[in-house]
Amino acid sequence: MGKLDKFVQVGRVAFIANGADSGKVCAIAEIVDQNRVLIDGPCTGVRRQVCDMKRLHLTGFHLPLPHSSRTAVVRRKWLAAKLDERWTGTSWAKKLEARRLRASMTDFDRFKCARAKQIRNRIVSVAMGSLRKTSSPKLRKPNKKRHLRKA
Amino acid sequence: LQQMAKSSAPHKPKNSAINASRLMKYSRARIFQRKAAYKVKKVKTPAKKSAEKAAAAAAFVVKKIGGDKNGGERKVYKKTPKSLPTQVASRKVQLRPKKTFKKHVRRIRSNLAPGAVLILLAGRHKGKRVVLLKQLESGLLLVTGPRKLNGCPLRRVSQRYVIGTKTRIDISKVALPERLNDAYFRRQRSAKKSAASAGGSADIFAKSDAAYAVSAERREDQAAVDKALMGAIKASGDGPMLRSYLRSLFSIKSGQRPHAMVF
Repeated sequence: MGKLDKFVQVGRVAFIANGADSGKVCAIAEIVDQNRVLIDGPCTGVRRQVCDMKRLHLTGFHLPLPHSSRTAVVRRKWLAAKLDERWTGTSWAKKLEARRLRASMTDFDRFKCARAKQIRNRIVSVAMGSLRKTSSPKLRKPNKKRHLRKA
Repeated sequence: LQQMAKSSAPHKPKNSAINASRLMKYSRARIFQRKAAYKVKKVKTPAKKSAEKAAAAAAFVVKKIGGDKNGGERKVYKKTPKSLPTQVASRKVQLRPKKTFKKHVRRIRSNLAPGAVLILLAGRHKGKRVVLLKQLESGLLLVTGPRKLNGCPLRRVSQRYVIGTKTRIDISKVALPERLNDAYFRRQRSAKKSAASAGGSADIFAKSDAAYAVSAERREDQAAVDKALMGAIKASGDGPMLRSYLRSLFSIKSGQRPHAMVF
Protein backbone atom coordinates (compact mmCIF):
# COMPACT_ATOMS: atom_id res chain seq x y z
CA MET A 1 0.00 0.00 0.00
CA GLY A 2 1.48 3.35 -1.08
CA LYS A 3 1.44 6.72 0.62
CA LEU A 4 -2.11 7.96 1.22
CA ASP A 5 -1.35 11.51 0.18
CA LYS A 6 -3.63 12.02 -2.83
CA PHE A 7 -7.13 12.73 -1.65
CA VAL A 8 -10.37 13.03 -3.49
CA GLN A 9 -10.99 16.64 -2.58
CA VAL A 10 -12.29 19.78 -4.15
CA GLY A 11 -9.49 21.25 -6.22
CA ARG A 12 -7.61 17.97 -6.71
CA VAL A 13 -6.25 17.72 -10.23
CA ALA A 14 -7.15 14.41 -11.78
CA PHE A 15 -6.17 12.58 -14.95
CA ILE A 16 -9.01 11.12 -16.99
CA ALA A 17 -8.04 7.59 -17.95
CA ASN A 18 -10.80 6.56 -20.33
CA GLY A 19 -13.76 7.86 -22.25
CA ALA A 20 -13.96 10.69 -24.75
CA ASP A 21 -11.70 12.96 -22.70
CA SER A 22 -9.11 10.31 -21.96
CA GLY A 23 -5.61 11.65 -21.56
CA LYS A 24 -6.70 15.05 -20.28
CA VAL A 25 -6.36 16.55 -16.80
CA CYS A 26 -9.12 18.31 -14.94
CA ALA A 27 -9.96 19.66 -11.51
CA ILE A 28 -12.50 18.26 -9.06
CA ALA A 29 -15.05 21.02 -8.50
CA GLU A 30 -17.43 19.17 -6.22
CA ILE A 31 -17.98 15.76 -4.72
CA VAL A 32 -21.29 14.15 -5.59
CA ASP A 33 -21.16 10.96 -3.58
CA GLN A 34 -18.91 8.04 -2.70
CA ASN A 35 -18.19 7.23 -6.33
CA ARG A 36 -18.81 10.36 -8.34
CA VAL A 37 -17.36 13.83 -8.56
CA LEU A 38 -18.05 16.94 -10.56
CA ILE A 39 -15.04 17.68 -12.73
CA ASP A 40 -14.12 20.70 -14.81
CA GLY A 41 -11.15 21.37 -17.08
CA PRO A 42 -11.68 24.68 -18.87
CA CYS A 43 -8.01 25.01 -19.84
CA THR A 44 -7.71 21.43 -21.07
CA GLY A 45 -10.98 21.13 -22.96
CA VAL A 46 -12.88 19.04 -20.42
CA ARG A 47 -16.50 20.06 -20.07
CA ARG A 48 -17.97 20.47 -16.66
CA GLN A 49 -19.54 17.10 -15.90
CA VAL A 50 -20.14 14.44 -13.33
CA CYS A 51 -17.54 11.75 -13.53
CA ASP A 52 -17.11 8.37 -11.89
CA MET A 53 -14.05 8.05 -9.69
CA LYS A 54 -13.14 4.83 -11.45
CA ARG A 55 -12.28 6.82 -14.56
CA LEU A 56 -10.01 9.23 -12.72
CA HIS A 57 -6.41 8.87 -11.65
CA LEU A 58 -5.47 11.43 -9.01
CA THR A 59 -2.39 13.53 -9.56
CA GLY A 60 -0.18 15.21 -6.97
CA PHE A 61 -1.52 18.66 -7.84
CA HIS A 62 -4.14 20.52 -5.89
CA LEU A 63 -5.83 23.84 -6.60
CA PRO A 64 -7.13 26.05 -3.83
CA LEU A 65 -10.71 25.90 -5.07
CA PRO A 66 -13.85 26.69 -3.11
CA HIS A 67 -16.36 23.90 -3.58
CA SER A 68 -18.85 24.18 -6.50
CA SER A 69 -16.76 26.87 -8.15
CA ARG A 70 -18.02 27.76 -11.55
CA THR A 71 -15.92 27.22 -14.66
CA ALA A 72 -14.58 30.76 -14.82
CA VAL A 73 -13.22 30.47 -11.29
CA VAL A 74 -11.61 27.12 -12.04
CA ARG A 75 -9.99 28.63 -15.14
CA ARG A 76 -8.64 31.59 -13.18
CA LYS A 77 -7.14 29.40 -10.46
CA TRP A 78 -5.74 26.95 -13.01
CA LEU A 79 -3.96 29.67 -14.96
CA ALA A 80 -2.68 31.31 -11.77
CA ALA A 81 -1.21 28.02 -10.62
CA LYS A 82 0.36 27.46 -14.08
CA LEU A 83 -0.93 23.94 -13.99
CA ASP A 84 -0.46 23.25 -17.71
CA GLU A 85 3.32 23.71 -17.53
CA ARG A 86 3.59 21.91 -14.21
CA TRP A 87 1.63 18.97 -15.57
CA THR A 88 3.65 18.63 -18.81
CA GLY A 89 6.82 18.82 -16.69
CA THR A 90 5.94 15.71 -14.70
CA SER A 91 7.48 12.41 -15.69
CA TRP A 92 3.94 10.99 -15.89
CA ALA A 93 3.03 13.40 -18.69
CA LYS A 94 6.40 12.88 -20.35
CA LYS A 95 5.91 9.13 -20.41
CA LEU A 96 2.46 9.58 -21.93
CA GLU A 97 3.90 11.82 -24.61
CA ALA A 98 6.66 9.32 -25.35
CA ARG A 99 4.09 6.55 -25.66
CA ARG A 100 2.00 8.67 -28.01
CA LEU A 101 5.00 9.48 -30.20
CA ARG A 102 6.07 5.86 -30.36
CA ALA A 103 2.57 4.78 -31.41
CA SER A 104 2.43 7.39 -34.15
CA MET A 105 5.79 6.44 -35.68
CA THR A 106 5.56 5.54 -39.32
CA ASP A 107 7.46 2.64 -40.88
CA PHE A 108 10.21 5.03 -41.98
CA ASP A 109 10.43 6.53 -38.48
CA ARG A 110 10.81 3.10 -36.98
CA PHE A 111 13.60 2.36 -39.43
CA LYS A 112 15.39 5.62 -38.60
CA CYS A 113 15.01 4.94 -34.88
CA ALA A 114 16.43 1.45 -35.22
CA ARG A 115 19.29 2.73 -37.34
CA ALA A 116 20.07 5.48 -34.82
CA LYS A 117 20.15 2.91 -31.99
CA GLN A 118 22.46 0.73 -34.04
CA ILE A 119 24.89 3.57 -34.67
CA ARG A 120 24.89 4.55 -31.02
CA ASN A 121 25.40 0.99 -29.86
CA ARG A 122 28.30 0.56 -32.23
CA ILE A 123 29.98 3.66 -30.81
CA VAL A 124 29.46 2.32 -27.30
CA SER A 125 30.76 -1.14 -28.04
CA VAL A 126 33.80 0.19 -29.88
CA ALA A 127 34.60 2.43 -26.91
CA MET A 128 34.03 -0.49 -24.55
CA GLY A 129 36.35 -2.65 -26.59
CA SER A 130 39.17 -0.12 -26.49
CA LEU A 131 38.68 0.35 -22.73
CA ARG A 132 38.91 -3.35 -22.19
CA LYS A 133 42.20 -3.52 -24.07
CA THR A 134 43.80 -0.88 -21.87
CA SER A 135 42.43 -2.31 -18.62
CA SER A 136 43.72 -5.06 -16.29
CA PRO A 137 43.97 -8.66 -17.58
CA LYS A 138 41.26 -9.77 -15.16
CA LEU A 139 38.74 -7.45 -16.75
CA ARG A 140 39.92 -8.06 -20.29
CA LYS A 141 37.72 -11.05 -20.92
CA PRO A 142 34.04 -10.33 -20.47
CA ASN A 143 32.68 -12.68 -17.81
CA LYS A 144 29.47 -13.90 -19.34
CA LYS A 145 28.49 -15.94 -16.31
CA ARG A 146 28.83 -13.12 -13.79
CA HIS A 147 25.09 -12.93 -13.31
CA LEU A 148 24.94 -16.64 -12.43
CA ARG A 149 27.60 -16.38 -9.76
CA LYS A 150 26.28 -16.34 -6.24
CA ALA A 151 26.80 -13.06 -4.37
CA LEU B 1 -57.27 8.53 -81.64
CA GLN B 2 -54.78 11.29 -82.37
CA GLN B 3 -57.60 13.54 -83.61
CA MET B 4 -59.59 12.84 -80.52
CA ALA B 5 -56.61 13.66 -78.35
CA LYS B 6 -56.10 16.97 -80.16
CA SER B 7 -59.69 18.10 -79.83
CA SER B 8 -60.23 17.31 -76.22
CA ALA B 9 -58.38 19.01 -73.41
CA PRO B 10 -56.90 16.82 -70.61
CA HIS B 11 -59.84 14.43 -70.31
CA LYS B 12 -60.95 12.28 -67.46
CA PRO B 13 -59.74 8.70 -67.88
CA LYS B 14 -62.64 6.42 -68.73
CA ASN B 15 -61.25 3.58 -66.66
CA SER B 16 -60.26 3.65 -63.06
CA ALA B 17 -58.73 1.35 -60.54
CA ILE B 18 -60.95 -0.24 -57.93
CA ASN B 19 -58.31 -1.11 -55.40
CA ALA B 20 -54.66 -0.63 -54.63
CA SER B 21 -53.56 -3.53 -56.81
CA ARG B 22 -54.83 -1.72 -59.89
CA LEU B 23 -57.80 -3.95 -60.63
CA MET B 24 -59.65 -1.89 -63.20
CA LYS B 25 -63.35 -1.14 -63.17
CA TYR B 26 -63.81 -1.92 -66.84
CA SER B 27 -62.22 -4.79 -68.69
CA ARG B 28 -60.29 -4.31 -71.91
CA ALA B 29 -63.27 -5.30 -74.04
CA ARG B 30 -65.65 -2.97 -72.20
CA ILE B 31 -63.26 -0.07 -72.51
CA PHE B 32 -62.98 -0.77 -76.24
CA GLN B 33 -66.75 -0.31 -76.42
CA ARG B 34 -66.87 2.70 -74.12
CA LYS B 35 -64.15 4.53 -76.02
CA ALA B 36 -65.80 3.63 -79.33
CA ALA B 37 -62.36 2.54 -80.48
CA TYR B 38 -64.05 0.53 -83.26
CA LYS B 39 -64.74 3.86 -84.96
CA VAL B 40 -61.05 4.73 -85.15
CA LYS B 41 -59.59 3.84 -88.51
CA LYS B 42 -56.19 2.23 -88.42
CA VAL B 43 -53.71 4.12 -90.59
CA LYS B 44 -51.72 1.83 -92.76
CA THR B 45 -48.11 2.78 -93.23
CA PRO B 46 -47.24 2.66 -96.94
CA ALA B 47 -44.97 -0.16 -98.14
CA LYS B 48 -41.51 1.40 -98.35
CA LYS B 49 -39.80 -1.40 -100.22
CA SER B 50 -40.80 -2.49 -103.66
CA ALA B 51 -41.55 -6.13 -104.32
CA GLU B 52 -38.18 -6.74 -105.96
CA LYS B 53 -36.21 -5.27 -103.12
CA ALA B 54 -38.26 -7.32 -100.73
CA ALA B 55 -37.42 -10.49 -102.58
CA ALA B 56 -33.72 -9.63 -102.58
CA ALA B 57 -33.75 -8.84 -98.88
CA ALA B 58 -35.54 -12.03 -97.94
CA ALA B 59 -33.48 -14.76 -96.34
CA PHE B 60 -34.83 -17.44 -98.63
CA VAL B 61 -35.64 -18.04 -102.27
CA VAL B 62 -38.85 -19.51 -103.56
CA LYS B 63 -38.06 -22.43 -105.84
CA LYS B 64 -40.31 -24.47 -107.99
CA ILE B 65 -40.24 -28.20 -107.54
CA GLY B 66 -41.66 -30.95 -109.62
CA GLY B 67 -43.77 -33.80 -108.49
CA ASP B 68 -47.39 -34.23 -107.86
CA LYS B 69 -49.43 -33.03 -104.91
CA ASN B 70 -46.57 -31.46 -102.97
CA GLY B 71 -47.27 -27.74 -103.19
CA GLY B 72 -45.07 -27.10 -106.22
CA GLU B 73 -42.90 -24.57 -104.33
CA ARG B 74 -40.36 -24.62 -101.62
CA LYS B 75 -38.71 -21.80 -99.66
CA VAL B 76 -34.97 -22.44 -99.67
CA TYR B 77 -32.62 -20.60 -97.33
CA LYS B 78 -30.03 -18.56 -99.18
CA LYS B 79 -27.65 -19.01 -96.33
CA THR B 80 -28.52 -21.67 -93.81
CA PRO B 81 -28.67 -20.03 -90.43
CA LYS B 82 -26.36 -21.28 -87.70
CA SER B 83 -29.20 -22.55 -85.63
CA LEU B 84 -32.64 -23.71 -86.66
CA PRO B 85 -34.46 -23.85 -83.39
CA THR B 86 -37.71 -25.70 -83.10
CA GLN B 87 -38.88 -23.31 -80.43
CA VAL B 88 -38.55 -19.60 -80.25
CA ALA B 89 -36.07 -18.85 -77.54
CA SER B 90 -37.53 -16.50 -75.00
CA ARG B 91 -35.54 -13.33 -74.79
CA LYS B 92 -34.60 -12.61 -71.23
CA VAL B 93 -34.56 -8.94 -70.60
CA GLN B 94 -31.22 -7.95 -69.07
CA LEU B 95 -32.23 -5.52 -66.40
CA ARG B 96 -28.62 -5.10 -65.33
CA PRO B 97 -26.38 -6.40 -68.14
CA LYS B 98 -23.13 -8.12 -67.23
CA LYS B 99 -20.22 -5.70 -67.14
CA THR B 100 -17.15 -6.89 -68.94
CA PHE B 101 -13.81 -6.71 -67.13
CA LYS B 102 -12.76 -3.78 -69.28
CA LYS B 103 -15.66 -1.74 -68.00
CA HIS B 104 -15.10 -2.49 -64.32
CA VAL B 105 -14.47 0.52 -62.12
CA ARG B 106 -10.87 0.62 -60.97
CA ARG B 107 -10.50 1.89 -57.47
CA ILE B 108 -7.39 2.78 -55.54
CA ARG B 109 -6.92 3.02 -51.81
CA SER B 110 -6.80 6.59 -50.64
CA ASN B 111 -3.38 6.24 -49.03
CA LEU B 112 -1.77 5.01 -52.26
CA ALA B 113 -0.60 7.93 -54.34
CA PRO B 114 2.22 8.11 -56.89
CA GLY B 115 5.47 8.45 -54.99
CA ALA B 116 4.31 6.47 -51.98
CA VAL B 117 6.59 3.85 -50.51
CA LEU B 118 4.88 0.48 -50.41
CA ILE B 119 5.73 -2.72 -48.57
CA LEU B 120 5.24 -5.77 -50.75
CA LEU B 121 3.66 -8.61 -48.85
CA ALA B 122 3.72 -11.44 -51.36
CA GLY B 123 5.58 -12.66 -54.39
CA ARG B 124 9.28 -13.01 -54.95
CA HIS B 125 9.90 -9.48 -53.74
CA LYS B 126 8.01 -9.84 -50.49
CA GLY B 127 9.23 -7.68 -47.66
CA LYS B 128 10.75 -5.16 -50.01
CA ARG B 129 9.99 -1.49 -49.80
CA VAL B 130 9.25 -0.13 -53.25
CA VAL B 131 8.10 3.10 -54.83
CA LEU B 132 4.68 3.37 -56.42
CA LEU B 133 4.82 5.02 -59.82
CA LYS B 134 1.23 4.92 -60.99
CA GLN B 135 -1.91 2.86 -61.34
CA LEU B 136 -2.29 1.13 -64.69
CA GLU B 137 -5.48 0.77 -66.73
CA SER B 138 -6.19 -2.69 -65.34
CA GLY B 139 -6.05 -1.36 -61.79
CA LEU B 140 -2.70 -2.92 -60.95
CA LEU B 141 -0.01 -0.72 -59.48
CA LEU B 142 3.21 -0.04 -61.34
CA VAL B 143 6.13 -0.12 -58.90
CA THR B 144 9.88 -0.12 -59.03
CA GLY B 145 12.52 -0.77 -56.32
CA PRO B 146 14.37 1.24 -57.63
CA ARG B 147 16.12 -1.84 -58.95
CA LYS B 148 19.47 -0.37 -58.01
CA LEU B 149 18.51 -0.34 -54.33
CA ASN B 150 16.59 -3.54 -53.76
CA GLY B 151 16.44 -5.51 -56.98
CA CYS B 152 12.76 -5.01 -57.60
CA PRO B 153 12.28 -4.09 -61.27
CA LEU B 154 9.49 -2.16 -62.97
CA ARG B 155 6.68 -4.44 -62.06
CA ARG B 156 2.95 -4.69 -61.70
CA VAL B 157 1.57 -5.44 -58.30
CA SER B 158 -1.90 -5.82 -56.88
CA GLN B 159 -3.11 -3.35 -54.26
CA ARG B 160 -4.25 -6.23 -52.11
CA TYR B 161 -0.73 -7.49 -51.50
CA VAL B 162 0.68 -4.20 -50.46
CA ILE B 163 0.90 -2.01 -47.36
CA GLY B 164 0.90 1.68 -48.21
CA THR B 165 3.21 3.62 -45.91
CA LYS B 166 2.99 7.30 -45.15
CA THR B 167 6.40 7.94 -46.65
CA ARG B 168 6.18 9.89 -49.88
CA ILE B 169 8.71 10.76 -52.54
CA ASP B 170 8.02 13.63 -54.89
CA ILE B 171 8.03 12.00 -58.32
CA SER B 172 6.42 14.85 -60.21
CA LYS B 173 9.69 15.36 -62.08
CA VAL B 174 10.02 11.66 -62.90
CA ALA B 175 8.92 11.14 -66.50
CA LEU B 176 7.63 7.62 -67.07
CA PRO B 177 8.06 6.17 -70.57
CA GLU B 178 4.80 6.19 -72.52
CA ARG B 179 4.99 2.51 -73.37
CA LEU B 180 4.64 1.32 -69.77
CA ASN B 181 1.16 -0.14 -69.80
CA ASP B 182 -0.55 -3.46 -69.19
CA ALA B 183 0.32 -4.86 -72.62
CA TYR B 184 4.01 -4.15 -71.93
CA PHE B 185 3.97 -6.24 -68.79
CA ARG B 186 1.74 -8.99 -70.07
CA ARG B 187 3.16 -12.51 -69.90
CA GLN B 188 4.43 -13.67 -73.25
CA ARG B 189 3.35 -17.17 -74.19
CA SER B 190 5.70 -18.67 -76.77
CA ALA B 191 4.22 -18.90 -80.30
CA LYS B 192 4.96 -22.63 -80.57
CA LYS B 193 3.09 -23.45 -77.41
CA SER B 194 0.03 -21.43 -78.33
CA ALA B 195 -0.09 -23.04 -81.78
CA ALA B 196 0.26 -26.47 -80.20
CA SER B 197 -2.57 -25.87 -77.79
CA ALA B 198 -4.75 -24.67 -80.64
CA GLY B 199 -3.85 -27.62 -82.90
CA GLY B 200 -3.84 -30.22 -80.20
CA SER B 201 -1.49 -32.48 -82.07
CA ALA B 202 1.91 -31.25 -80.92
CA ASP B 203 4.47 -33.29 -79.13
CA ILE B 204 3.40 -33.09 -75.51
CA PHE B 205 6.88 -33.93 -74.33
CA ALA B 206 8.34 -30.96 -76.15
CA LYS B 207 10.58 -28.83 -73.98
CA SER B 208 8.91 -25.75 -72.56
CA ASP B 209 9.94 -22.38 -73.91
CA ALA B 210 13.36 -21.00 -73.10
CA ALA B 211 14.06 -19.21 -69.81
CA TYR B 212 12.85 -15.62 -69.57
CA ALA B 213 15.35 -13.16 -70.99
CA VAL B 214 15.14 -9.46 -70.21
CA SER B 215 14.39 -7.50 -73.36
CA ALA B 216 16.43 -4.50 -74.40
CA GLU B 217 13.52 -2.14 -74.00
CA ARG B 218 12.99 -3.32 -70.44
CA ARG B 219 16.61 -2.54 -69.58
CA GLU B 220 16.29 0.82 -71.21
CA ASP B 221 13.12 1.77 -69.39
CA GLN B 222 14.43 0.48 -66.06
CA ALA B 223 17.60 2.53 -66.39
CA ALA B 224 15.69 5.67 -67.33
CA VAL B 225 13.16 5.38 -64.52
CA ASP B 226 15.79 4.42 -61.94
CA LYS B 227 17.96 7.39 -62.82
CA ALA B 228 15.08 9.83 -62.47
CA LEU B 229 13.86 8.17 -59.28
CA MET B 230 17.29 8.17 -57.64
CA GLY B 231 17.46 11.86 -58.41
CA ALA B 232 14.09 12.40 -56.77
CA ILE B 233 15.19 10.42 -53.69
CA LYS B 234 18.35 12.44 -53.44
CA ALA B 235 16.38 15.67 -53.74
CA SER B 236 13.97 14.71 -50.98
CA GLY B 237 14.71 15.63 -47.38
CA ASP B 238 16.03 12.34 -46.01
CA GLY B 239 18.12 11.23 -48.98
CA PRO B 240 20.69 8.86 -47.42
CA MET B 241 18.21 7.45 -44.89
CA LEU B 242 15.62 6.88 -47.62
CA ARG B 243 18.13 4.96 -49.65
CA SER B 244 19.00 2.59 -46.80
CA TYR B 245 15.29 2.38 -45.97
CA LEU B 246 14.45 1.20 -49.47
CA ARG B 247 17.31 -1.28 -49.35
CA SER B 248 16.09 -2.83 -46.11
CA LEU B 249 13.46 -5.51 -45.75
CA PHE B 250 10.30 -5.25 -43.72
CA SER B 251 9.54 -7.78 -41.01
CA ILE B 252 7.33 -8.00 -37.95
CA LYS B 253 9.41 -8.01 -34.80
CA SER B 254 8.45 -9.52 -31.50
CA GLY B 255 5.91 -7.39 -29.68
CA GLN B 256 4.80 -5.51 -32.79
CA ARG B 257 1.12 -5.64 -33.57
CA PRO B 258 0.40 -4.75 -37.22
CA HIS B 259 -3.18 -3.70 -36.56
CA ALA B 260 -1.99 -1.18 -33.99
CA MET B 261 0.95 0.11 -36.03
CA VAL B 262 0.98 3.22 -38.10
CA PHE B 263 2.65 2.63 -41.43
